[in-house]
Amino acid sequence: MRRSSWQDYQKEIADDKYYYARSCIRQNFFPGSEKAFLDIIRNDLGRDVKDDPLHTSCTGIGYHADVVPFETIMTVVARQFALMGEAGYENFISSCITSFGIYTEILNTWEEFPETEERTREYLYKATGRELVKPRTLAHTSDIVFHFRDSIAGKMRRPLINVYTGRPLRVVEHIGCHYAKIFPKSGIGGSEFPYVLAGMIESWGGEVVDYPERRHCCGFGFRNYLVQANRGYSIANSQKKLESMAPYRPDFIVANCPGCAMFLDKWQYAIAEMEGTIYGADGHGIPVLTYEEMAGLVLGYDPWQLGMQMHQVDVEPLLDKMGVEYDPAAKYLGQDGKYIGKPERTVVNDGCQGSIYDMKR
Amino acid sequence: MKPKVVIAGGGAAGMAVALRLERLGVEPVIVEREERLGGKVRGWHKLFPTFTPAAEVLDPLVAQIGRRGIECRTGAAVEALSEHGVKLASGQTIEADAVVVATGFTLFDARRKEEYGYGIYDNVVTSADLERMMNEGAVRLADGSTPRRIALLHCVGSRDEKVCQRHCSKVCCITGVKQAIELKKMFPEADVFNFYMDIRMFGAGYEELYREAQQSYNIHFVRGRISEASPMINGRIQIKAEDTLTGRPLRMSIDMLVLLAGMRANDDNAALAASAGLALAPNGFMQSADPFLGAVRSPRRGIFYAGAVTAPKSLADTLAEASLTADAVMDYLNSVQR
Amino acid sequence: MSGLRFGYGINRPRAIDIDSNDLRKSNEILREMPELQTCIGCGSCTASCTAGNLTEFNFRRVHTLVRRGEYRSAYEEMNKCMLCGKCRLVCPRGINTRGVAMLIKRKLGDF
Repeated sequence: MRRSSWQDYQKEIADDKYYYARSCIRQNFFPGSEKAFLDIIRNDLGRDVKDDPLHTSCTGIGYHADVVPFETIMTVVARQFALMGEAGYENFISSCITSFGIYTEILNTWEEFPETEERTREYLYKATGRELVKPRTLAHTSDIVFHFRDSIAGKMRRPLINVYTGRPLRVVEHIGCHYAKIFPKSGIGGSEFPYVLAGMIESWGGEVVDYPERRHCCGFGFRNYLVQANRGYSIANSQKKLESMAPYRPDFIVANCPGCAMFLDKWQYAIAEMEGTIYGADGHGIPVLTYEEMAGLVLGYDPWQLGMQMHQVDVEPLLDKMGVEYDPAAKYLGQDGKYIGKPERTVVNDGCQGSIYDMKR
Repeated sequence: MKPKVVIAGGGAAGMAVALRLERLGVEPVIVEREERLGGKVRGWHKLFPTFTPAAEVLDPLVAQIGRRGIECRTGAAVEALSEHGVKLASGQTIEADAVVVATGFTLFDARRKEEYGYGIYDNVVTSADLERMMNEGAVRLADGSTPRRIALLHCVGSRDEKVCQRHCSKVCCITGVKQAIELKKMFPEADVFNFYMDIRMFGAGYEELYREAQQSYNIHFVRGRISEASPMINGRIQIKAEDTLTGRPLRMSIDMLVLLAGMRANDDNAALAASAGLALAPNGFMQSADPFLGAVRSPRRGIFYAGAVTAPKSLADTLAEASLTADAVMDYLNSVQR
Repeated sequence: MSGLRFGYGINRPRAIDIDSNDLRKSNEILREMPELQTCIGCGSCTASCTAGNLTEFNFRRVHTLVRRGEYRSAYEEMNKCMLCGKCRLVCPRGINTRGVAMLIKRKLGDF
């Protein structure tokens, strides 16, 4: 795909010394991804990143679900920045797209309405005694991996190539809405043709699939999926995307947002159970990866160390295509070697309706 | 000795002013940035609302300029001006008794509306591209086939704060109607859709042509702005819009998307204005002395305007205005000679 | 098929999908009455409509939907028309709106 416009949207990405803010939900759904990011940045790339146990949730889910007021979230964010300053860092990186959107929005708010920054500074001081320090650079962690994509390519153990056919793997990239739709200039490549994940895929030998609903939201939307009555249109958004991408027969989906990766993965299960529709090849769902997992596989990490046994859609067909050597018996052994339990059979992985009744029993 | 007037811009406006001034006993000098006279009209195929070939209007103008021996400096851009003449980018100056600014407009760069994928997806073209294709005698898709469904999108780079173009470009509505009819004549089996926000049929014969497009050519008009265009696996383009008159989202696949690119102010208007102490309108076009009684005068005596340099205008309006400009120049020359 | 129930369904798209709509009836209607295509959406018909002022009936919306290939319930909707003729009196494009109502009923009785 020609993406002539991506070079117009660039931003400064620091080369070293990052202060890392984690996501609230990723460690449940993609539990190895944040660890993989830290390992890659520290061990493979030799960079300094501070993983600070003092920082909290940015309260973004509460903010977007109308339970946390803007003043509050600005103060919480100011505290994260203050912690960064206290730790001696100035490059703030966020693992979560929602948080990244919130940090971007708040920094822009302070820029446009300096009185809000002054008020927040005061609240922060009164509440915690801390001093607000604004970051010199703000980036999403996918920006950091993008920044090092060529260094990673240099250390690549398994390119994004189908070992059976020798052809590039076909990859659907999905960008979280709050990465660049609110502030297009905050994203590599802007909002219409973001290049942050596409750049990684291309650098590592894969082929990016452009499909009609590429820019469509996954349907996460906070208050929308949080309320059971609203989930019907939340899931319908993911379904719309899956239906649109399926004819291209993608080998996997990669997302840079915690919610999107979760939704595109878990909704495939729900749709398969509810309607029997499966979007991947051979009666199997389309595996959904985080970009850290994708980078980890490319760098030769063990898929179970990356936490890929926690995916709803099994990743084995992809691992086989990439020529990843893995121990099937080790899939459900935890870090300490103890059996962690195994999910029931599902339509999305087995492609048979019988499993529905297995589950009901 | 004849008074001398420098005309910046050798498009329709500049040529028409030059011809009129020459008749009135003035020595006009045309300074044109391009290597040839003609401006934007030179790339056009047929003119609304009559489908007159653009060459039928332009060629006589160019021919008369030659016949009357009017001096033309082509390949020369005006960098600065005053009522006493202009300075060219080459550093050369041309002295004169008055100056007419007829530098026209710039076609909006449709790539800036990224959501339509112009320059990225095949078969997304601009209205100007379509005219060029018609001039070359071949409107077809990138793979050489003929389109079965075509959409024309109005207001690309007009009435759009996202690209800092708040103004209406005035001529795109009727161009959309004209091009839809031309496409339907070329491809009678094709479905042709116009996506519009408002249809502004301000000129003589425009509304009638709009009605004809609907009734005689079965061209569909959907009130709603296309929100994005994306590629499909079969090579077509998927578009989304709201059909605002039914209150429902609408989507369809098409073979060709024509973006009716708007008219925007020239980037060098600001520098020209600064060099002569002129004013810019908020949309970046040159500000006339008065919208009613001084439309072709600048706020500075001795500097005049003609054509789309002050606002988007049709060719008919531009040619009519040229005479007014020449008239105003003559008044000025007579007043200073006296 | 009936699969697992999670307490919610999957919403169907609301978009008018021109690709999947069968435009044959719509094309027939426009061929018989090309003037319908000249509607400029002014709403005079609906504003003056006897039925539309007392029921959900919206003549302009229904015939626009028909032109997009959305026929469902168009016949029933047109049955609300009292054929009073006021809409035809006010239409600035001179469309035989009463005729449109009759034509839609004739063509779309099966939808």
